[in-house]
Amino acid sequence: MAKITYKHPNGTETIVDVAAPNTVMRGAKINNIDGIEAQCGGSAQCGTCHVYVDEANTLPLPEIHESEDEVLYGTACPRRDNSRLSCQLPVSEEIDGLVVHLPEAQS
Amino acid sequence: MAGATEETARGTAGGTAGEPGAPDVVVVGAGQGGVETVAALRARGFSGRITLVAEETALPYQRPPLSKGYLLGTVDRAGLELRPDDFFSALDIDLVRGDRAAGIDRDRRTVELDSGRELPYGRLVLATGSRPRRLPVAGADLEGVRTLRSLADADALRHRLTGGRELDVVVVGAGFLGLELAATARTLGHRVTVVEAAARVMSRAVTGAVSEHVAAEHRGQGVRVLTRREVVALHGGTGSEDPGHVRVVELDGGERLAADLVVAGIGALPNVELATAAGLLVGDGVIVDPRLRTSDPDVYAVGDCARFPSPWTGRHIRLESVQNASDQARRVAADILGETGPYTAVPWFWSEQYGLRLQMAGLTAGHDEAVVAGDPAAGRFSVFCFRAGRLTGVESVNRPADHGISRRLLASGTDLTPQDVARPGFDLRARAQQRPSPPAQHAQHAQHAQHAERPVHA
Repeated sequence: MAKITYKHPNGTETIVDVAAPNTVMRGAKINNIDGIEAQCGGSAQCGTCHVYVDEANTLPLPEIHESEDEVLYGTACPRRDNSRLSCQLPVSEEIDGLVVHLPEAQS
Repeated sequence: MAGATEETARGTAGGTAGEPGAPDVVVVGAGQGGVETVAALRARGFSGRITLVAEETALPYQRPPLSKGYLLGTVDRAGLELRPDDFFSALDIDLVRGDRAAGIDRDRRTVELDSGRELPYGRLVLATGSRPRRLPVAGADLEGVRTLRSLADADALRHRLTGGRELDVVVVGAGFLGLELAATARTLGHRVTVVEAAARVMSRAVTGAVSEHVAAEHRGQGVRVLTRREVVALHGGTGSEDPGHVRVVELDGGERLAADLVVAGIGALPNVELATAAGLLVGDGVIVDPRLRTSDPDVYAVGDCARFPSPWTGRHIRLESVQNASDQARRVAADILGETGPYTAVPWFWSEQYGLRLQMAGLTAGHDEAVVAGDPAAGRFSVFCFRAGRLTGVESVNRPADHGISRRLLASGTDLTPQDVARPGFDLRARAQQRPSPPAQHAQHAQHAQHAERPVHA
């Protein structure tokens, strides 16, 4: 279980508890958080679950693998150094307290 | 004229659950389109009553893994679910499972279910999907002849394909679904033959370059790929074999293929019966306007069943894809909430076969120029398709960056030329740096496209 904060572009935020083995993407879908589409269902195909990890983050996240890296070039909102596909961020106690920012658009 | 009716409708069949004036919304069909419609309504703050009618008893699920990961055992039942069990109740969405919409009474604005229950609506969304075409040949009703659409279909296939016996599998139709099934069956160790009537695989969806690459991959994996061949009959067992179970696929020309399992992937038919019976305008799909409203402005249609005016082709088309169902669902949810506008999303599709990742952005049918970028020999390339010098679609094989960037370029409009793509060292990622903005120009560009393009077959 991990507490995840989703910050919306309008400044509001949604904080939810997400259980393993879900991903940060699935946590948003389960809680019907607007701003994560994940049309491909989490197979790192579509780039519609793009998030910006909070710049102050110190929690350990997996490395960006090649296909995630490729997909991040095509996201609807600009890629930044802290861009990730939330379907590639598995939830565990290690990322309890993670804060992600939702982009203005996913597609 | 449609708009006037719509305004007076607001608030008549009022919701009791929320704000006065919010209409009751009934959504028929709990696939991708239906579920995304109700989820988007709540995510955007809709407070009226919502009922989602699911014909199946299973919790609403994703279909793409049914031909791939679910059969291979890498995606389990829970991994298929579009949303968890408690999602719908938590959002005060009445999910009716195992019941079917039997009829729509548009005068009384009610949907009647098989169970006899009546659901009043202020707005109705038809997300009734499509069903597989059956093989139109003798023997198609034999045991062991299957199609794939539902979870039950997938369970039956999984049972056969993972039964521990090496089977002769014949896949009829080399579209995305057929080829995904062929790849899955081959990966599971079966002897697989694909029979396609057209001259090349996926001929309706992709260019020759991608067709060839994918067919070569299948052949390299040991699949027999037959093109320009038609199935003329299926035959049951003879002698001591079960005559009621398929054993032979007979092709034109007389060739007979051994078959323990035949799977037809020869296209789908839109489920329009409910709309037809309700007197709505129908013709290979439920006909909708740019806002996805049927000929009754209080009734929308989304997903596989909807035939909509596409700004990308300049005519009405039907698209069977997750993207189309999801984006139409979100558009309709916004429309119901008063944020009206045309549906203009860039179509895109994907398919996975073995390690191949195919991604299609836009619609490439009807192009007059195609330029390949990348390295086909290494299995990483994209085909950029143009019509009258304008980019209309991009097909990518193991080039996800090209795909994503292309979707964005298509959405915002681009001056990318065939000459740009043909230039040595062309890299779309370099263009990605000069990104303008999120696609705010959607509608405007789409309007332009509508005038610029002649009709194509989609």
